Amino acid sequence: MIRRRGAALALLLALATVATRVEAQDTRRSGFMFMSPGTQAMQRDDMENPGMLAVLDGAELWAKPAGTSGRSCADCHGGGAEAMRGVAARYPAFDATRGEAIDLAGRILQCRAERQGDAPPPRESRTLLALTAFVAHRARGMPVAPDADPRMTPVVEAGRALWHKRLGQLDLSCAQCHDDNAGQKLASAPIPEAHPTGYPIYRLEWQTTGSLQRRIRGCLTGVRAEPFAYGADEYIALEAFLMERARGMEIETPGVRP
Amino acid sequence: MDLPTASRRLVLGGGLALLAISPARATPEAMRAAMQGFAGGAEPRPGRVRLEMPTLVENGNAVPTTVIVDSPMTAADHVVEIALFNERNPLPDIARFTLGPRCGQAWVSTRIRLGDTQSVHALARMNDGSVWSASAELIVTLPACIEG
Amino acid sequence: MSRALINVPAKARKGEVIQIRTLVQHEMETGFRPLPNGGFAPRLILRRFECIYDGETVFAADLHPAISANPYLAFRTVATTSGEMLFRWIDDRGAVREERATIEVT
Repeated sequence: MIRRRGAALALLLALATVATRVEAQDTRRSGFMFMSPGTQAMQRDDMENPGMLAVLDGAELWAKPAGTSGRSCADCHGGGAEAMRGVAARYPAFDATRGEAIDLAGRILQCRAERQGDAPPPRESRTLLALTAFVAHRARGMPVAPDADPRMTPVVEAGRALWHKRLGQLDLSCAQCHDDNAGQKLASAPIPEAHPTGYPIYRLEWQTTGSLQRRIRGCLTGVRAEPFAYGADEYIALEAFLMERARGMEIETPGVRP
Repeated sequence: MDLPTASRRLVLGGGLALLAISPARATPEAMRAAMQGFAGGAEPRPGRVRLEMPTLVENGNAVPTTVIVDSPMTAADHVVEIALFNERNPLPDIARFTLGPRCGQAWVSTRIRLGDTQSVHALARMNDGSVWSASAELIVTLPACIEG
Repeated sequence: MSRALINVPAKARKGEVIQIRTLVQHEMETGFRPLPNGGFAPRLILRRFECIYDGETVFAADLHPAISANPYLAFRTVATTSGEMLFRWIDDRGAVREERATIEVT
């Protein structure tokens, strides 16, 4: 009995050591960790999270027939609790038909146009954000798991190059803030590590839900660079790189950020 | 958008500075007048009211705000109304809450916009006509990269 | 299309003080947001909230532009009787939006 307990204790200690080691290796921190307790509370509780309004909008749109097909998203993908579970965790993904990478919002637009026969809603429209939030929310709590298609490698590398490229009148790269100075402050605001784990996010600054592309545009205008147009390849590449960089981190959608 | 953006000062160096246009803004005098209007003839007394807000505000667009008034909330002794005021937004009023014995507890929570570092005041009127007060001083910071 | 999230306990004991939380989709346009043309976006806010329960307005709020977009309001009330709670928001133009929730009081 004593020996068995001793063995169990040893096993526990070994497990604890492994757990500590894994934890010690992974020092990445979600933007959530940089927020005030009040803003964290806003995200943590669905009833207080204004991003849930977009998720609920999306749930309704998901079940609503659209376009000449008269079909809803749910007619093809299902409407139950398990529908689309975890799907968002692997986007941007490689689209074999188009021969290019596509982000989650782009995939929804593609479905709208090609399968439902509807005029696709514009990028950053409430309809597209709601559907994207609905699908991404279905991956909440799951680890970021980028598409394993080898054709994604050049896309990720293009994103990595962009990440390190100095841009704008301030001549700053993404990496100079979010790698080299993450955790430091820019004026009074903490600089996060820029993990895209909560998108679409409800940003207090916007007072609404917005996409990663909108957020990156904020950075681009911040360094006084001309933002890319919504849906541009540059954003998809950056997102693919950021998701690779955040591989294994937990998806939080809908995130709340200041 | 609006309030915070409109009143943001030029604090960021380099090209991150944001030009701000200030719309009309309430003054401490306007706030006092609004508070006197709420209190009627009564002289607000400090006490019985607790105003819970963060001292350092990450974004002025949604500041968690909770007011708790020490009251048994019985038919004989209860809070009738709670009001929130600020000093430096364009308007001094924030919200007024109507309560009664059916509330059981005088507890209200909301989120407010604060355009600048300033003080917020909570007043509570009891059914006996007395008015009680609490206030909070807040520092409103701003996100570094905002859409200009 | 406008969403509201209402959180009311499904069950409560008679006389118990319960917490009610509401979150409603609304831009709460203040009237002070400058537009590129030099003017200001016209004000359009939810100016009134009411909670009606067991034949009485148990809680009400008059809102001003300083209330955040997508207004969040939480308050408490005594569980008196099983039935419906009515939540009502009224905007500057008088448009009314209502939501209902039920509670079982034992």
